[in-house]
Amino acid sequence: MMNVREWWRRGSALIWFSGATLGFSLLMILGLVGYIGAKGLGFFWPGAIVASTTAQGPILGEITGQEADKIQFHVGNRDLFGQDYRWVPRAELGPLSTPADAVVVERLEYGPFIGRIRSLEKDGQVLPGDPMETLRRLRPAALAMSRHIRDLDKVEIGGLNRKMEDLRLEMKARPGLEARMAALKARYDAAEARLEVLRAQAASVTVTLEAADGQTKTLPLASVVRLVPSNALGVAGKMGAYLSRLWEFVADDPRESNTEGGIFPAIFGTVMMVLLMSVLVVPLGVLAALYMREYARQGLLLRTLRIAVNNLAGVPSIVFGVFGLGFFVYFVGGGIDRLFFAEKLPAPTFGTGGILWAALTLALLTVPVVIVATEEALAAVPRSQREASLALGATRWQTLWNVVIPGAMPGILTGLILAMARGAGEVAPLMLTGVVKLAPSMPLDGTFPFLHLDRKFMHLGFHIYDVGFQSPNSEAAKPMVFMTALLLLLVVVVLNLFALRLRSRLRARMGGGAF
Amino acid sequence: MQAGDTMTDVEPRQGAPRKTEVPLTDTAVLSAKPLLHIEDVSLFYGPKQALFNIDLEVREHSVMSLIGPSGCGKSTLLRCINRMNDLIPNVRIQGSVKVGDDDIYDPAVDVINLRKRMGMVFQKSNPFPKSIYENVAYGLRIQGVKDRAVLDEAVERSLIASGLWDEVKDRLKESGLGLSGGQQQRLCIARAMAVRPEVLLMDEPCSALDPLATSRIEELIFELKRDYTIVIVTHNMQQAARVSDFTAFFWMGKLIETGLTEMLFTNPRVRMTEDYISGRFG
Repeated sequence: MMNVREWWRRGSALIWFSGATLGFSLLMILGLVGYIGAKGLGFFWPGAIVASTTAQGPILGEITGQEADKIQFHVGNRDLFGQDYRWVPRAELGPLSTPADAVVVERLEYGPFIGRIRSLEKDGQVLPGDPMETLRRLRPAALAMSRHIRDLDKVEIGGLNRKMEDLRLEMKARPGLEARMAALKARYDAAEARLEVLRAQAASVTVTLEAADGQTKTLPLASVVRLVPSNALGVAGKMGAYLSRLWEFVADDPRESNTEGGIFPAIFGTVMMVLLMSVLVVPLGVLAALYMREYARQGLLLRTLRIAVNNLAGVPSIVFGVFGLGFFVYFVGGGIDRLFFAEKLPAPTFGTGGILWAALTLALLTVPVVIVATEEALAAVPRSQREASLALGATRWQTLWNVVIPGAMPGILTGLILAMARGAGEVAPLMLTGVVKLAPSMPLDGTFPFLHLDRKFMHLGFHIYDVGFQSPNSEAAKPMVFMTALLLLLVVVVLNLFALRLRSRLRARMGGGAF
Repeated sequence: MQAGDTMTDVEPRQGAPRKTEVPLTDTAVLSAKPLLHIEDVSLFYGPKQALFNIDLEVREHSVMSLIGPSGCGKSTLLRCINRMNDLIPNVRIQGSVKVGDDDIYDPAVDVINLRKRMGMVFQKSNPFPKSIYENVAYGLRIQGVKDRAVLDEAVERSLIASGLWDEVKDRLKESGLGLSGGQQQRLCIARAMAVRPEVLLMDEPCSALDPLATSRIEELIFELKRDYTIVIVTHNMQQAARVSDFTAFFWMGKLIETGLTEMLFTNPRVRMTEDYISGRFG
């Protein structure tokens, strides 16, 4: 027993306990990230397409879940079957097989089709030869066509639309622009006509698919996004399909009310909102902290203020959202609209949710973190360095700017890192101040003035909520939720790494000082 | 060897004198005109009086050392000369401090300008977390000097004068915090000299340094007095004896005795001074 007491007395017990606690925390974090990662990343891997029979007839699909007495199949074909997923009791299930000709056809509408390719047609005439071969031959052209249609629709017609809208507003102010309007209208109609021709052309090549129960579906080849004959693919082929799906997810626009396609606009919106927030929160927090630490008289008032700032960090974020909506959106935004965009009213420009208001609201939410970190960093700058600067004839402001702030910069960046981590994960205030389910255009694009601070935007956090809990097809959306969560984590990590790197470079430049 | 022969002796001395030596006073110092006039200065921290009616003169191109036990007010007096005490709340100063004919406590005096004329070196070396070059150039930069040639010249001149040039000329872009303690202190001296002050105020510049670095700084002080008037606060009586022409002894905020260093150390007029320099108290 002596040993145990000795062990306790020396503090070994505490060391073990603290180590174990740290280990437990790490395990929980790794578990969370690992679970999200496995659930999300596994989703894109093309699984075997299993065929079998049930009491209701034949079934074809990927096995997505297993329980003691039943198996879940992803059968796709929402348009034919009404639901993507089906639970089948094991008892009813016939023998399982993996037919080589089964394919997953990812298409623009109704989710994936799981079945077989029966034939390809041009203008209703069945094309001769092996349908799979013909399909491979015709697909590149069809893809190029659909891309072309999309560009025409988005860029040319979208641009003309905007110009006409602007001109309409101008005409309100001063008449006599009818000729220009007519010219624009003519160009618009011409583009529309060209689009119609292209659409008809694209629709002329069709593919007929057959589902497990014999129903067929004919759709334009141009609306086929991807074709994955999982059972016929080797590891390399599956890897190709996997990477292609992953890339689509990261780099493309969403489809089918966000349950399919990519989430690029949400990634972009999140990063942009966080960067905008950082740009706003750093000056706000640093200046406030500078005044509190360097200029204000230290006394009761300042102590009260400090407590108030710390309490601000504990206010629920939805309260900030309500404030942002009431103050920024309706009061400030509405004011801006009445002053500068009166001709567009009652359609609001800034008087509605937008990325600027969301970023400002989050800046308010995170400013206490920056203030506290900056105050501590300022206090940590040695008095001797301030004195050295003052003794050289520097003014108080020059000393602050040249010595104190650079010295406090690593600490300020620590505050920024914490603020970014908090800001990137907030959803509630954003829902009130500018986030939408689907933003038609991004806050940064090629049209003047390039940065559109008034636009609504998409956000990964809101995307998780929307896809996971507001989607009509929540089973199909589940993997998207995990993937989106994983990407949100990744975005936060990347932003933090960026700031960490900046901080360590600053520290290195200062010779590994006392911070 | 004798320390401090004449002012025209430009040869750096080899090694450091280890035993207490009394410098031979050169006649130039005796005939120099006074630059700093401290007249009847009293200083209060709130209700507490820290300096009592100090009268002191510092001659041009001489080294004046202020000695005395801790808390005797010698650093406080030094900080009166460049008005660094202004930064402390609740400080009240009476009497006058003049540089030449300018009263530095005249309300019309620009403190910023004054501090440019009074270089200061602190007890603990305090380089900025910037490059060696930027440390030295700092004083000029805040004066708005942007001309690269002017800055280069000032940096080189100051670093040569502080004896640091040969050690750092190949790494001016590196952080000043990467230097050793003694080098950092010489960097701080170079920084103070870059703006060409009239007076160098040194507040125990060697107290945090090892003996070798200390002797380098002492040699430096000896050379610098050709161009500057130096007031140095020191705890180390041997150091005062080695580097200074004049010495002032403080006790409890009062100036007890002042005079030529060799006189004060060999033949003090006041009993208390004798007790202090012979180590009987303090």
